Amino acid sequence: MHTDISPQVRMANEIAVQFRHQAPELAAPAIAEHIQAFWEPRMRAELLRRIETEPDAFDPLALAAARLVRR
Amino acid sequence: MSLLKEPDLGTPAKDGPATVTVEVDGLPVSVPEGTSVMRAAALSGIDIPKLCATDSLEAFGSCRLCLVEIDGRRGTPASCTTPVAPGMKVTTQSPKLEKLRQGVMELYISDHPLDCLTCSANGDCELQDMSGVVGLRQVRYGYEGANHYEEPTDTSNPYFNFEASKCIACSRCVRACGEVQGTFALTIEGRGFESKVSAGGTDFMSSECVSCGACVQACPTATLQEKSVVQLGMPTRTVLTTCAYCGVGCSFKAELRGTELVRMVPHKDGGANEGHSCVKGRFAFGYATHPDRVLTPMLRESIADEWRPVDWETAISYTATKLREIQARYGVGAIGGITSSRTTNEEVYVVQKMIRAAFGNNNVDTCARVCHSPTGYGLKQTFGTSAGTQDFRSVAQSDVIMVIGANPTDGHPVFASRMKRRIREGAKLIVVDPRRIDLVRSPHIAATHHLQLAPGTNVAVVNAMAHVVLTEDLVDRDFVAQRCEGFDEWAEFIARPENSPEAVEELTGVPAEELRAAARLYATGGNAAIYYGLGVTEHSQGSTMVMGMANLAMATGNIGREGVGVNPLRGQNNVQGSCDMGSFPHELPGYRHVSDDVVRGVFEEMWGRDLVAEPGLRIPNMFDAAIEGSFRALFVQGEDIAQSDPNTKHVTAALAAMELVVVQDLFLNETAKFAHVFLPGTSFLEKDGTFTNAERRINRVRPVMPPKTGKHEWQIVAEIAQAMDYPMHYDHPSQIMDEIAALTPTFAGVSFDKLDKLGSVQWPCNDNAPEGTPIMHMDGFVRGKGRFVQTPFVPTRERSTRKFPLILTTGRILSQYNVGAQTRRTGNVAWHPEDVLEIHPHDAEVRGITDGDLVTLASRVGETSLRAVFSDRMPVGVVYTTFHHPVTGANVVTTENSDWATNCPEYKVTAVQVGLKNPPRPQDTAQTGELLPAMAD
Repeated sequence: MHTDISPQVRMANEIAVQFRHQAPELAAPAIAEHIQAFWEPRMRAELLRRIETEPDAFDPLALAAARLVRR
Repeated sequence: MSLLKEPDLGTPAKDGPATVTVEVDGLPVSVPEGTSVMRAAALSGIDIPKLCATDSLEAFGSCRLCLVEIDGRRGTPASCTTPVAPGMKVTTQSPKLEKLRQGVMELYISDHPLDCLTCSANGDCELQDMSGVVGLRQVRYGYEGANHYEEPTDTSNPYFNFEASKCIACSRCVRACGEVQGTFALTIEGRGFESKVSAGGTDFMSSECVSCGACVQACPTATLQEKSVVQLGMPTRTVLTTCAYCGVGCSFKAELRGTELVRMVPHKDGGANEGHSCVKGRFAFGYATHPDRVLTPMLRESIADEWRPVDWETAISYTATKLREIQARYGVGAIGGITSSRTTNEEVYVVQKMIRAAFGNNNVDTCARVCHSPTGYGLKQTFGTSAGTQDFRSVAQSDVIMVIGANPTDGHPVFASRMKRRIREGAKLIVVDPRRIDLVRSPHIAATHHLQLAPGTNVAVVNAMAHVVLTEDLVDRDFVAQRCEGFDEWAEFIARPENSPEAVEELTGVPAEELRAAARLYATGGNAAIYYGLGVTEHSQGSTMVMGMANLAMATGNIGREGVGVNPLRGQNNVQGSCDMGSFPHELPGYRHVSDDVVRGVFEEMWGRDLVAEPGLRIPNMFDAAIEGSFRALFVQGEDIAQSDPNTKHVTAALAAMELVVVQDLFLNETAKFAHVFLPGTSFLEKDGTFTNAERRINRVRPVMPPKTGKHEWQIVAEIAQAMDYPMHYDHPSQIMDEIAALTPTFAGVSFDKLDKLGSVQWPCNDNAPEGTPIMHMDGFVRGKGRFVQTPFVPTRERSTRKFPLILTTGRILSQYNVGAQTRRTGNVAWHPEDVLEIHPHDAEVRGITDGDLVTLASRVGETSLRAVFSDRMPVGVVYTTFHHPVTGANVVTTENSDWATNCPEYKVTAVQVGLKNPPRPQDTAQTGELLPAMAD
């Protein structure tokens, strides 16, 4: 259960799970909006960096949402 | 002010219009139906002699001192037990009455030690007063007959004595314990002359007594007397102020003798407590003057160095210079701060202002992060604002009370007493908790349903309840149609079979039929109110659960009137206030997002600085960033994050990684071990400002004594800001509140003057509600329409495994508070000298553990040791402990798991293993309260 996953990816994945009941086209923007509203810019920057360096660590919905997040 | 003696009208007030007019000694007075003659007389200005009557208790009619004559009626009825009737003419003084009363007093005095001149209650004794009032001049029976002079004094309680020889058996203490506190620990033992007050046949300390002080307050003589009064003498003046413990926010009379605080007595006019108290607020104030307090600023270059006392100017200058240096090297966002829920609104406000305006970022957070941040998120999403919906009085109108993940008798005892009173009157109780908390069954209280769910399954349970409400057509359709939105989509979701009680029974452990019955009761039982605590919020789905409860309340129309609502029981005294004051990194004061250009513009104009439009770091994000290297300095106001926050190793690694940690606190706490600057703080007895309690009630905190440190905390913060070249200056905390009011619409009508005039107000307080708002969302929700949110259950990642087969849940107990920094420095340690692990006998037996053994408690992140205590309060497979003592370090084992929306830690679910620890180490048997052995390991 304990992994070395980065906090940003872990948290994005945890948020994504909560939105899985929604259609992906609705869920991804909602997740991105949540991250935009509550995450400090350096956290968002790290999330965006992780998209490039370790996309496999992402839940697919989290990945889709992360791609919508602005720096 | 001089010593405040509140009027005692003899019997409780009755609700209703004053429709019954009577004459008392020729004076007309109109009172509500059911009012006693005694109270009517008092309201007309005539005090009838009394001993067994007091207006916090129902009439008892035993002392026979309050006899009166009533035209047209025979005899001399007791005025306390006689209700008024229209046209009644009452005579309170006559030769006949005088003779009767003197006779009564003669009997009392014939068996009372006449040591009045040296008695601790001299000058504050109702027996003494009544002797004068009735004109007692002789005791014809003498003093040599049978008596109780040799009765021993019970000194077992740390705070009060029971001097039985002075007892007049009026039963006020017994009735207070039952009626006011609801514990029923006291009784009258024996009959006739042998009658005596008994704490269940044992001494007070060994009894069920919870030391709330209600009996001491009710006692008319020196029988039950505070030890501090015995030792120091009667107080001579009063300062009205507010308790600094839990979120109930009780009002107290701080009673002093000169500059020395003698006792704290609950204030009858206090809106939150109405004259009641608990062991912490009433008695556990000694920490404020404890020798452990640090009163001088201190510095050190490295945490390996010794502390060096310095003057304020040096400390403030050093702090400001270092903060600016770190920003110059690592960037504006490399520093931040944490506000305290133990400080005043004004002190919190200036810290977040310093961070936003002087630091130039939004890296401000508060200890609500680790308790009620999901409340902020969940209630804002559904209702539009982060606040409990009711005032505490509202529970008296509830027909069904649902307590979810809260243990009010321990965590919020004064509110619990209100709740228990209502349950004794007939309200039904539903408890949703893995533990069999005291409310499930205690004297005269029994829960109709105890849904003993598996830890981590709250959302499945609340969804199943909503499923029953929907599928059994128990929805309040009119309320939903008029007041809410999103219902149809939510209804489609909640009606799905996977949300049925039967579908989740195996997962939650709650029998489907029991859950269905509870849901039906909640939906159809009349006014239904939800009260909840950290057992709701401190989960990976804490925010989801808050929204789930809001959904349930809206679906059944249980919002917007007395007796209903969704109510967080806040942990610390000013959690509500610290959140209101803009302590969250994404919100300015009044819960307005930092990205709102209009709102930010208002603050920028007032504060004279451009503000950042992006959210800042939350506490766990600060720790992550510190370890990663981009966050280098932290200002911590009144919060011991090294003890209270989860995964201690991670927290302390983050603190150790920083270049500057500034701690503003009363004591050198665990966090201070990692600090470079220590700024001594002020206790609540020195503060001047306001606290806001869980019912949004803004109460004044008035200084009982000047700051022992020489400065108020808000002054220190303002001076640091100034030293960072940001002009911030106030002459008085009322000016800070004026600024808050000018910037925050929900506080627009709040001022120190108004609070002094009205006693307290509940926000919103503005032109629409000049005297405040006891109940919210009455005509509409703050966000307009209440919003149904779909709340799918997602199991926590934390699961029991072969290696860690048990689930640990944490909480607190009555006598201790939070990390124990205050209560461990009081007599309260008599009840809880150490944290223990409550374990089910079955789980203990299979591990070879016997009651009292020292055991190891290990999770995947850490290990600690503590003593095991057998308990069947939890189901098999669940263990429980508290986090009041740093030596135990319960948070050494809690993990990084947190609420998905807010990062509130998942304290309530940690997979652990428990094993016998052998042999005990020396420090395990001599806890000093200042070690972290598990970490040292």
